[in-house]
Amino acid sequence: MPYIKLLLLVILFNFFSEKIIAQDSTNLMTQLEHETEKNKTVYAVATFKTSRIVDGQSSENLPKHVLDVRISHRFGPLSSGVYNFFGLDNATMRLGFDYGITNNFMLGIGHSTYQKTYDAFFKIKLLRQSTGAVNMPVSVSFVPVIADNTLKQFDSGKTNFNDRISMVYQLLIARKFSENLALQIMPTYIHADKISFNHIKQNIFAIGIGGRHRISKRVNINAEYYYQLPDDKAPGSHNVFSFGVDIGTGGHVFQLHFTNSAGLTEKSFISETTGQWGESDVMFGFNISRVFQLGKKRN
Amino acid sequence: MIRHIVLALIISVVSNISGYGQVYFTKNGHISFFSKTILENINADNNQVISVLNTQTGLLQFSLLNNAFHFPKAKMEEDFNEDYMESSKYPKSTFKGTIENIDNIDFTKDGTWNVKVNGDLMIHGITKNVTVPGKINVKNGTIAAQAAFKILIKDYNIKIPSIVSNKISESIDVMVECSYQKR
Repeated sequence: MPYIKLLLLVILFNFFSEKIIAQDSTNLMTQLEHETEKNKTVYAVATFKTSRIVDGQSSENLPKHVLDVRISHRFGPLSSGVYNFFGLDNATMRLGFDYGITNNFMLGIGHSTYQKTYDAFFKIKLLRQSTGAVNMPVSVSFVPVIADNTLKQFDSGKTNFNDRISMVYQLLIARKFSENLALQIMPTYIHADKISFNHIKQNIFAIGIGGRHRISKRVNINAEYYYQLPDDKAPGSHNVFSFGVDIGTGGHVFQLHFTNSAGLTEKSFISETTGQWGESDVMFGFNISRVFQLGKKRN
Repeated sequence: MIRHIVLALIISVVSNISGYGQVYFTKNGHISFFSKTILENINADNNQVISVLNTQTGLLQFSLLNNAFHFPKAKMEEDFNEDYMESSKYPKSTFKGTIENIDNIDFTKDGTWNVKVNGDLMIHGITKNVTVPGKINVKNGTIAAQAAFKILIKDYNIKIPSIVSNKISESIDVMVECSYQKR
């Protein structure tokens, strides 16, 4: 009966090769999935909810062809009491327009009532945090801001253009640690103007630290602190600390916060903040951001 | 005995060799979805869908990376990945099922066949058994598959905050288009 043996063996081998064929599709699937994942770079998105942490820039850029209209308000000190409606009677505000030229390059202009300042900046992404094919631990952006204090001076000798102009250069180094936590450090170099404040040094170094903690899908807690080098710091100037929440509603972002700075441009809040947290100079403020997609987005 | 084993191996390899030719795949299949409400229409496309089709057993598999869906507005794409699909937690969506009436299809002839596919659809970490009607088209030896079906967001535990609930439909139209090549 050798043929029975042969037949049994054929059936046995056939049984296994059927398995192998069925396995074959699944293996191919796994192999293709691995290939795709390996070749794909996953960039960290939404490190921050919007392009500002509170007052200062975040590592977030506007996507290409997106216009962001931003209205920022800071009220008077809460401690000014009922007479000033806890600060709401005196408000300073900035109206700004930001626009994404590409996904990595954006421009912005704005005007604040505080010292009648016009400002303009650009923000360029130098590195993007990613995993996968390209592994990059941090995002790095560079932002220069130019501001012009157009407030009329009483001693008219001081109003020439060069004296009114200030420059701020910032590097933003950010990392999204998890879905819920992102931190950023901001080495900052300020060239102050000559009329806004009594600076002992015109060039000021500061380092900022900011962060975002997500507490729900729509709500984040943000905080930001800028430390000025003690030798550079002007008398009467204090380091700015701000914290608050931002609430996204898809298209709009509302940021509500407490801060010791009334100024809304980088030079003002980093190097010319007169308020102190310990001295009840804290004020309430909010930013409203509304984005509009102007052109068609194409990757 | 050795002789028998060798002979049996040869016989079973020869009789199964056709089986190895039955696996078709694609790395750039197309899946899109559409959400329609009075306030906003949202559509997204993914052109990097992986799919494997075994024409002998009818086994049909799909796999895609959620963050490869592209939207007309950048903000939508961010919200989709961050808030709804939670793509870093659930990077993939998959389907594994079988074409029920695979034996009716003659893959050697040109033509279009209506098929019924039953299997497990995994989205947002939740797996549901679904049965979906589709079409298989054979032309000059190339195989294409098409399907259109609806899914309910709540079936996959995707939560839409009430503030945007009137901009996102509860039922999403999904379209599948893949054209396969032989392995």
